Amino acid sequence: MYKYYETGFRNQSLSIKEKIFNISFTYVLFIVLLASIGVVMLYSAANGSWRPWALNQGIRFMMGAGLMIVLALIDIRTIMRYSYAFYFFTLLLLLYVEIKGSIGMGAQRWIDLGFFKLQPSELMKIALVLVLARYFHSSSLQAIESVKGIVTPLLLTIIPAFLVLTQPDLGTALMLLFTAGVIFFAVGVQLWKFGVVLLGAIIMAPIAWNLLHDYQQDRVLTFLNPERDPLGAGYHIIQSKIALGSGGVFGKGFLKGTQSHLNFLPEKHTDFIFTMLSEEFGMVGAVFVIILAMLILAYSYSFAYKSSSYFGKLAAIGLATNFFLYVFINTAMVLGLIPVVGVPLPLISYGGTVIISVMASFGIILSVFIHRNITVGKSD
Amino acid sequence: MNRDNDKGKVLIHRSLIVAAGKIFLLLVIIARLYYLQVYQADRYKMLADENRISTRLLIPPRGIIYDRNGEMLATNRQNFQAMIVAEQTPNVQETLNAFKKIMPLSEAEEERVKKDLKRNRSFVPIKIKENLTWEEVAKIQLNAPELPGIIIDEGLSRYYPYGEKMAHVIGYVSSVSEKDIKDDPLLEVPGFKIGKSGIEKLFEKKLRGSGGNLKLEVNAFGRIMKEIERTDGIPGERVDLTIDARLQSKAFDLFGEESGAAVLLDVNTGEILAFVSTPSFDPNVMAQGLSTEMWNSLVNDEKKPLSNKALAGQYSPGSTFKMIVARAGLESGAIKPESRSFCAGKMFLGSHAFHCWKEHGHGYIDVVEALQHSCDIFFYETAQKLGIEKIAEMSRRFGLGSKVDVGLENEKSGLIPDKAWKLKRFGEPWQQGENLISGIGQGYILTTPIQLATMTARLVNGGYEIKPTFSKVNDEAKNKIKRINVSTANLDLIKEGMYNVVNKPGGTAWRSQFDYNGQRMGGKTGTTQVRRISMKERQTGVIAQEDLPWKYRNHALFVGYAPQDNPKYAVAVLVEHGRGGSTVAAPIGGKLLLEAVKLDPTKKTVD
Repeated sequence: MYKYYETGFRNQSLSIKEKIFNISFTYVLFIVLLASIGVVMLYSAANGSWRPWALNQGIRFMMGAGLMIVLALIDIRTIMRYSYAFYFFTLLLLLYVEIKGSIGMGAQRWIDLGFFKLQPSELMKIALVLVLARYFHSSSLQAIESVKGIVTPLLLTIIPAFLVLTQPDLGTALMLLFTAGVIFFAVGVQLWKFGVVLLGAIIMAPIAWNLLHDYQQDRVLTFLNPERDPLGAGYHIIQSKIALGSGGVFGKGFLKGTQSHLNFLPEKHTDFIFTMLSEEFGMVGAVFVIILAMLILAYSYSFAYKSSSYFGKLAAIGLATNFFLYVFINTAMVLGLIPVVGVPLPLISYGGTVIISVMASFGIILSVFIHRNITVGKSD
Repeated sequence: MNRDNDKGKVLIHRSLIVAAGKIFLLLVIIARLYYLQVYQADRYKMLADENRISTRLLIPPRGIIYDRNGEMLATNRQNFQAMIVAEQTPNVQETLNAFKKIMPLSEAEEERVKKDLKRNRSFVPIKIKENLTWEEVAKIQLNAPELPGIIIDEGLSRYYPYGEKMAHVIGYVSSVSEKDIKDDPLLEVPGFKIGKSGIEKLFEKKLRGSGGNLKLEVNAFGRIMKEIERTDGIPGERVDLTIDARLQSKAFDLFGEESGAAVLLDVNTGEILAFVSTPSFDPNVMAQGLSTEMWNSLVNDEKKPLSNKALAGQYSPGSTFKMIVARAGLESGAIKPESRSFCAGKMFLGSHAFHCWKEHGHGYIDVVEALQHSCDIFFYETAQKLGIEKIAEMSRRFGLGSKVDVGLENEKSGLIPDKAWKLKRFGEPWQQGENLISGIGQGYILTTPIQLATMTARLVNGGYEIKPTFSKVNDEAKNKIKRINVSTANLDLIKEGMYNVVNKPGGTAWRSQFDYNGQRMGGKTGTTQVRRISMKERQTGVIAQEDLPWKYRNHALFVGYAPQDNPKYAVAVLVEHGRGGSTVAAPIGGKLLLEAVKLDPTKKTVD
């Protein structure tokens, strides 16, 4: 399926050339395909114009692709070594925006870097996966199965998740918790502990509910009963379903989505871009995108299994899970299966930080694959 | 190392479960897509169309109303409106200020504009001023650079070229009210106007036409994107009336400041040539919607401009009723053409004296002379011989006492009393004296001007039972008009009497006579008291009419026909509190008949 240079079994260092030839180009092709669909849909969202979104998105994707290649070439051991540093740095950034927000400079989720706005919460999605992979890489199964052994990773998860929740960014907080949950499950944490945490969550739910902003509470309530507010929050999901359903099997045609182009569909260039795609290209187009996402997932998993290191496996699975959660939460949300939580469809929805963070994830997954035969010590 | 192997195995085992879970969830997404896009596709396609398609009714142009000569009486006029579109101007207030410099805009109007602007989306044009003149439109267009966001919109609005002269015939259109039966979707269209009175109301269905449909694609904010489909409606049909605009105008003008009514008929067909009630109102103002102030001034006016006196006003016919009494007398043999009565100026019934208007009496006179001089004593005696039943019966034959039913609203039926009526109404038997005063058209008798015109036409057309109408009467319909059961010979006697009223010295309408190529008119005047003249007043001298307040003055009446041989036109004129039939009503009737004769399309040209 893909060709790469067979590297020596015990060869612990690869040349740049070897690394480049080891990049899975099929994987990259899927990514490019998904991003291209995104650019095409953004072109349509602007009623057949490259501005303001499609061109920007293309440029950001190029930048993201560059970052992906760079990360792919970085040794997996290096990535592991800086996991903690990266995590705490990101945590500081999260605290910074938190404090900045609380001292009355407005609820900002980003740090303006001039050329683009960095969202620490997006970085945290990667940092959390890496730090947990590093932690469990160094733990024994015994430690993992002990209560004491999961206190640290739990704290590593809950602290950033809470910070993100208070931003408030319900979608990202949930993604952090789900990703961490999948990692905890994958490394072998016993199911009863999930039960305990779940029970704890249910007990904590009323407190968490009060921490939610009115509009977030609204979204959950509206999800549970969309007719509650057909012109307000429920309007989005009703219009999304009308757009999707009216697209039928083959869609209304490129640039011909009535719901999208007549503005009945809100946020058509961001959260609801999948709806627009489904309206214009029908079920055929929608299923194509889902299959593409499945292929990217399948490849990510196969890379994980080919890796000889526990860190590599876990990092690839964790990051793939992150990607899956984006896709699932976004599509389930626009299809009216879960509340509207504001999670974009990666590589398709308009937005710089998500492209950069998703492409960085793919870069690390590729690095796992390229450095699959490298032995990684317990605390390398 | 063993544990490490286990750790790796656990990871693979558990991560495969996770992978299976992910695939399952993505399959759920696909299933959901199938449910929405295949299973429920039709429903959502319909909802999407409901979202994007907005259907509007196209208002058909209202039918035009013409007079008998094709003169427009009600038409649709381009209505230029100045509108403001908020999104097309950087500053709404500045634009309005600039507009005010060109054209006055009252504070109330400005407030309304601002309110409308707030209530609507920024691309919706809001009306600032309507019915702009050409000059005003030109001014706005000339100053367009200073007026960003101001556009000129063209609509149709109803226009009545004859204004108040036709108001009581044509009526007017106005906004649909709660009471109106909404049997047509057009009535739900904001700003749609329907006939509220007169011909506009009578022929509403015909004039309205039916609405077309316009299907538009709109976006979520209601902005029109494109036209999808257009089905044209059916324009309202034209309505041709029997009215002659020239005669109508003439009649209206003849009244001057007087309050009253006049009806001019074609005696052979019943076609209404002129139908006037004064004072009047401007239907153009009514159609645009009038202010409360104006409405109150119309309602409170003692001359009642809103009342259609030609058919809603009931008056004692006075002496104009004498033809009916004469007719009944001749028919029953109570009087003979050649028999004479003596008028001494008054007569007694028991101890009660009945006076003739001429204090010293007319001496011996026959029926023709009695009509000519309007002798009261002659008709007291005739009525006394006839009794009320015979008079009432004859009155009804000539169209009195019941609605003539031309289709206009508020028509009154007048009143022709008889013994049964009085018993029922007052619980008292009919009195002898009441026969007498009925003989001169006073007492309980009430008639409307249109009934008097009908009566006159039937008296002079050879005894045909014509009915007044605004619709043209073709020959076939004309031949179907029934005869009244009366002898023609006697009818000529009445005509002779009426001719003498105008054309013989001593006739009460002598001064109103005309001779147009040998064509003359006949007629009968009437003056009815609004207040009783007391005995004391009779002795001390009757107060001159001019010295009485308007509302106590006598009503003046005149009925007439022309030309004298083979009459074609009949007229009835009523002037409320007009003092005297011969001084005020007869001149109006005479001039109107003269005009009709002059304008007669069948008249022979004389060198």
